[in-house]
Amino acid sequence: MATQHSRSAARLMIAPAVFVLLVWMLIPLCMTLYFSFADYRPMRATFEPWIGFDNYVSFVTSSSFTNSVITTLQMVGGILCITIAGGIALALLLDQPIFGQGVVRILVIAPFFVMPTVSALVWKNMFFNVDNGLFSYLYKALGLQPYDFLSQAPVFSIVVIVAWQWLPFATLILLTAVQSLSSEQLEAAEMDGAPGWARFWYIILPHLSRAITVVILIQTIFLLSVFAEIFVTTNGAFGTRTLTYLVYQRVLESQNIGLGSAGGIIAVILANIVAIFLMRIVGKNLDN
Amino acid sequence: MGRITLENVQKRFGEVEVIPPLNLTIEDGEFVVFVGPSGCGKSTLLRLIAGLEDVSGGEIRIDGRPATDLPPAKRGLAMVFQSYALYPHMSVRKNIAFPLKMAGMDQAEQDRRIAKAAEALNLTDYLDRRPGQLSGGQRQRVAIGRAIVREPAAFLFDEPLSNLDAALRVGMRMEISELHTTLATTMIYVTHDQVEAMTMADKIVVLRAGNIEQVGTPLDLYREPRNVFVAGFIGSPKMNLLEGEHARAHGCKTIGIRPEHLDVVDSGGTFTGKIGVAEHLGSDTFFHVHIPGMAEPMTVRASGEVGLRHGDPIHLAPQADKIHRFDDKGLRIS
Amino acid sequence: MARAITTRKKVMWTALSWGIGLLIFFPILWTFLTSFKTEATAIADPPVWFAFDWTLENYRAVQERSNYPLALTNSIIIAVGSTILGIAIAVPAAWAMAFVPGRRTKDVLLWMLSTKMLPAVGVLYPLVLLAKWLGVMDSRILLIVVLMLINLPIIVWMLYTYFREIPGEILEAARMDGASLRNEIIYVLTPMAIPGIASTILLNIILAWNEAFWTILLTTVDAAPLTKFIASFSAPEGLFYAKLSAASMMAIAPILVMGWFSQKQLVRGLTFGAVK
Ligand SMILES: Nc1ncnc2c1ncn2[C@@H]1O[C@H](COP(=O)(O)OP(=O)(O)OP(=O)(O)O)[C@@H](O)[C@H]1O
Ligand SMILES: [Mg+2]
Repeated sequence: MATQHSRSAARLMIAPAVFVLLVWMLIPLCMTLYFSFADYRPMRATFEPWIGFDNYVSFVTSSSFTNSVITTLQMVGGILCITIAGGIALALLLDQPIFGQGVVRILVIAPFFVMPTVSALVWKNMFFNVDNGLFSYLYKALGLQPYDFLSQAPVFSIVVIVAWQWLPFATLILLTAVQSLSSEQLEAAEMDGAPGWARFWYIILPHLSRAITVVILIQTIFLLSVFAEIFVTTNGAFGTRTLTYLVYQRVLESQNIGLGSAGGIIAVILANIVAIFLMRIVGKNLDN
Repeated sequence: MGRITLENVQKRFGEVEVIPPLNLTIEDGEFVVFVGPSGCGKSTLLRLIAGLEDVSGGEIRIDGRPATDLPPAKRGLAMVFQSYALYPHMSVRKNIAFPLKMAGMDQAEQDRRIAKAAEALNLTDYLDRRPGQLSGGQRQRVAIGRAIVREPAAFLFDEPLSNLDAALRVGMRMEISELHTTLATTMIYVTHDQVEAMTMADKIVVLRAGNIEQVGTPLDLYREPRNVFVAGFIGSPKMNLLEGEHARAHGCKTIGIRPEHLDVVDSGGTFTGKIGVAEHLGSDTFFHVHIPGMAEPMTVRASGEVGLRHGDPIHLAPQADKIHRFDDKGLRIS
Repeated sequence: MARAITTRKKVMWTALSWGIGLLIFFPILWTFLTSFKTEATAIADPPVWFAFDWTLENYRAVQERSNYPLALTNSIIIAVGSTILGIAIAVPAAWAMAFVPGRRTKDVLLWMLSTKMLPAVGVLYPLVLLAKWLGVMDSRILLIVVLMLINLPIIVWMLYTYFREIPGEILEAARMDGASLRNEIIYVLTPMAIPGIASTILLNIILAWNEAFWTILLTTVDAAPLTKFIASFSAPEGLFYAKLSAASMMAIAPILVMGWFSQKQLVRGLTFGAVK
């Protein structure tokens, strides 16, 4: 397929894409790396170009870091649990022969296309609000005391919002995987006398394991940088400060660039650990 | 117009040498068939000539002009692919017009040539259809039409008939042969089907692992195969190749006897055995005969209807002047 | 292989699926209904479902708010602009990777995808700094470029997978027919890849439209798209639910429709082919 001529043309054609991505990756990342070793607080006009690992040490040892890591883990973990369990259930459900399957699919997928600020605001005001939210009406109707979700259970509330947005994604991918399972395999198992739960446990779940892994990896990468939902609902208050949000506050709100940059580099490292696993799976798939 | 010469042309893919240095001359107006087993490098050689691959060494000349470094578009060759490679988003007319449009030809001349090609290929009624709405044979004709309108120096075909069913294949084979007679343009045709090779070629090039085993007219190859490989490859059914005792009797390593050169006799004969499978075609009868002391059954072709069947004993006598002899290296002894 | 399913079973599954489907869709439905209520009905206790005087007042009110038209314009320009720019850069790159694969093609592709995994906060400050230094803070061009860059890996990836489905022989045929590289791409590759390119464009407009990190942090007023405009409603009063709903519906409706058309591409585009 390839001649010298087409190969050099190819190189020329890849060049712009590689170049812009390289610039995009390298220049800001190097600057962040540089700032992370500096004491740089523009509001106080402090700039000391080299203070070693001080920023990293103070970032990592501060209690807000520990808290943000815990919050991040709670959020990502909670969202993953809900979306994976819900996604498997929904995928199996949508795979059943039902009337109007296409419409149900559309209903289920819709939340993924709602912009994050909209879904955060809708949930915050129209559902979670103590005075006028639907949940409060529901509580009152059941004779209970209305509950202020966003201040009493802020992490849980955000988990609900984000899980609602990502459930369609998990469902869609797991549905694709469920549909690729041959019905003959299931029929063979049925002939072998396996009851429903055994078919799920020994055949469907192993078949889905790869798709589940992919959903976990991809969602983790996106969930680690959840921003708008927190920005709009609690603005980081009530212990909803994730690592991403903490870095944002250090950099843009308190303008401690050095400290924030150290946090940014740590976030990059953490995300890369997840990314490596994802890239392995994608790379293997590229071969065939 | 279309004389193509290859001098020491070779091709490596990384470490793997697919075509060792090779020399070949294709004369103007010749119909040359490259034939050989799967993976022997036929397509690669054709693509080197087309310019779709770079040579790793050597020179290609077209009409005496060096073409080694020319891009495919500049070589003045046209190619018909195995998958036809029609442009699915263009009508038949646009498909055929595409090379003319790329050459910047004026509209009137384009229309004239398209009409002429469509006429010749029976495509006039289909000009406004998309390739997807055509049968396999029609698609094949469009691919050929796209090639002929350019009036190229030579046509290259890479197994153009292998996607067609048997009956259509015979018809298209004749059409391509006729086309060659009318156009009198050089054609290089790749196939692994030796029947296609024998029926169409002026000159056959037998390839094995990138090496040219023999070049010659179909009958040259049939009558005097240069070695055991060509002997076994050309001819249908395959030539019987015998080693050991029978070969030693003729003073060589291997002897070859074509199935049609074995006579069925009532008694005596050189070989005596039992019929394994008998294939009655009416015009011919093929027997696969098990002969004691021989690993492979021998194939015999008797013309007309012969009333022998499975399990019957049979006596065979080879025609003495039609026995091919080969030495230790597999080369022909004349 | 499907066996005859008893109608009763099917009805049962249908009821369950529709129930769950509507539950998941409910927040959008509720927003839709609320957008046609008056502010008073919007917070009525108990909530009113359908029996209210439907009004378009909120939509008019939101459109009259000075910055709504600007935010809408910004959203459109940024989403479409970044997608077009991305496509222009990605088509040649994907062409090269799909049709002239080399030993390092796979690595380049994976590396591109890996840039997509870079957390935005890691480069937040330098970007703000560079934007200020270049004087492009709060400008559409900045967002077009930034959103193009964060989505470029997905665009390249999707085009690559679509291009790989086009048989190479057809492009070789074009080359034999005398087409230059440019003509090969314009007359043969692009028309054949139109469906793939279209779905790539669709998915990327959706992603760019909904992007809510850079669009919030890199804009103030002039270039603020709908994401930022909606975020400005986040004051805790309960008196503007109807208007909030109307603004929300206007922000999500076009994308919702596009999204429904691009379900399949979503799987392909966002899983990088890891799930088929
Ligand atoms: N791009 C390539 N990279 C590496 N090896 C290749 C490449 N193209 C072909 N080969 C190898 O070169 C050899 C010859 O291939 P070629 O396609 O020319 O065979 P062929 O004679 O046309 O076979 P067939 O009758 O099956 O079409 C094969 O062993 C093949 O594996
Ligand atoms: Mg071949």
